[in-house]
Amino acid sequence: MGYKSKLSWADVTPKAAYLNRRQIMAGAAGLGLGTIAGPVAAEVPLDREPNTLEQITSYNNYYEFGVQKEDPARYAHRLTTDPWSVVIDGMVDKPGTYDLADLLDGMDIEERIYRFRCVEAWSMVIPWNGFELAQLLTKVGVQPSAKYVAFETALRPDEMPGLRSPVLDWPYVEGLRLDEAMHPLTMIATGIYGESLLGQNGAPLRLVVPWKYGFKSIKSIERITLTDEEPPTSWNKANRREYGFYSNVNPNVDHPRWSQASERVIGAGFFAPRIDTLMFNGYADEVAGLYTGMDLAKFY
Amino acid sequence: MALKDTINGWARKLPTWPVYALGALPPFWYLYLGFTGGLGVEPISELEHRLGLLGLQFLIAGLTITPLRNWTGVNLIRFRRAIGLLAFYYISMHLLAWLVLDIRDPARIWADILKRPYITIGMLGFLTLVPLAATSNKASIRKLGARWRQVHWLVYAAVPLGAVHFVMLRKGWQFEPLIYLGIVLGLLAVRLLRKATRMRPHRA
Repeated sequence: MGYKSKLSWADVTPKAAYLNRRQIMAGAAGLGLGTIAGPVAAEVPLDREPNTLEQITSYNNYYEFGVQKEDPARYAHRLTTDPWSVVIDGMVDKPGTYDLADLLDGMDIEERIYRFRCVEAWSMVIPWNGFELAQLLTKVGVQPSAKYVAFETALRPDEMPGLRSPVLDWPYVEGLRLDEAMHPLTMIATGIYGESLLGQNGAPLRLVVPWKYGFKSIKSIERITLTDEEPPTSWNKANRREYGFYSNVNPNVDHPRWSQASERVIGAGFFAPRIDTLMFNGYADEVAGLYTGMDLAKFY
Repeated sequence: MALKDTINGWARKLPTWPVYALGALPPFWYLYLGFTGGLGVEPISELEHRLGLLGLQFLIAGLTITPLRNWTGVNLIRFRRAIGLLAFYYISMHLLAWLVLDIRDPARIWADILKRPYITIGMLGFLTLVPLAATSNKASIRKLGARWRQVHWLVYAAVPLGAVHFVMLRKGWQFEPLIYLGIVLGLLAVRLLRKATRMRPHRA
């Protein structure tokens, strides 16, 4: 289990309890205030409680459905996720258009509880269901010349009202270096809390890279391309200075407009202090080796 | 014509204290919502945003009073001080929420003010409002005389600073804050245009 997560599925309470955790957490946060929270950011417990399904599905960034946090929950049900197919192409042995069922065939669906840190300095803890991206890449056969993996979100003007706004160059695209993509922490999620992903969380399948800022974890994937060149990524195209290709969670490298040293915990309530952000979102033991010798202030 | 006179008639008769009384309520309402889950799962950010936006809307409302009178003859000038003071009140609460509920750490607050352009600009906007709020009383008007109007020209700096602060804090170029900035620049432009057109005959 080691590298996968310091949290296990056993930490998640039964459904009846998590649906009602909002109140419990608010209470716990109040109790905690007296003991651990000074005026400054509190020390981060690595085994934070998972957020409730309501929190995870009501506060989202998915600009294809609008730029407000509540827009995805309001509009993402319009996304047709059945049928769904994913084009896998580029430097692979078995390129093609994979129907979702064929793509999932043979994948080991597991439950993994990951911390999720948004570039906007807020965070959640999310119990994902999904499989390691490495397993899918192995299935389609990565050719030796491939060095990067490019991803693309569905582009549905009829179903995505946010596409009318030119805030990003649509469709949304993301990318990983091949070793990042093959890392055992990197997963393709298909569910949360044992239920299928909702549109606002990137149904029917999305990337999850827990040591990078949330926008790297591209939603509703329709294309996966193996390539030998660093692929373009949407936020980097929109603002090169603010959003790098790597976008690893790093409390020492600030976003030009705000500090990344601390974060607000979603659901912690009105009086909860910010908590310190951890290097690689707390996954340094597992992933720091990927970046040995790299200047992370330069490759942000 | 008739509508304008009706409105002006009412505006002359109505007392201004209810504007203050009602205007004082929104921050308390937001706090109540925050405590009871009505501000969503990230109540502190939501509180900051709502207070800031309300402050900007009241600043803009204050800037519309004069053009409204010039174009339509509707005169709401009696309410302008209340509108301006309420804007200052909302923006002070916005700042307070950021200081006390959000960041909390004096060192990080200071670092943010110095290092984050949108926070620097927001703070500058707030500071330019302080002398306006401090001199918004009859005694100051008497004491400062003609200089009172010059002091209050600071509002032409404060409002665009607030709008720019709003544009800068969003990710990417977003529609909503740009609309606000456009309205502010428009309201400043009509003043400059009016000044220019009124000066021309004298030169001729």
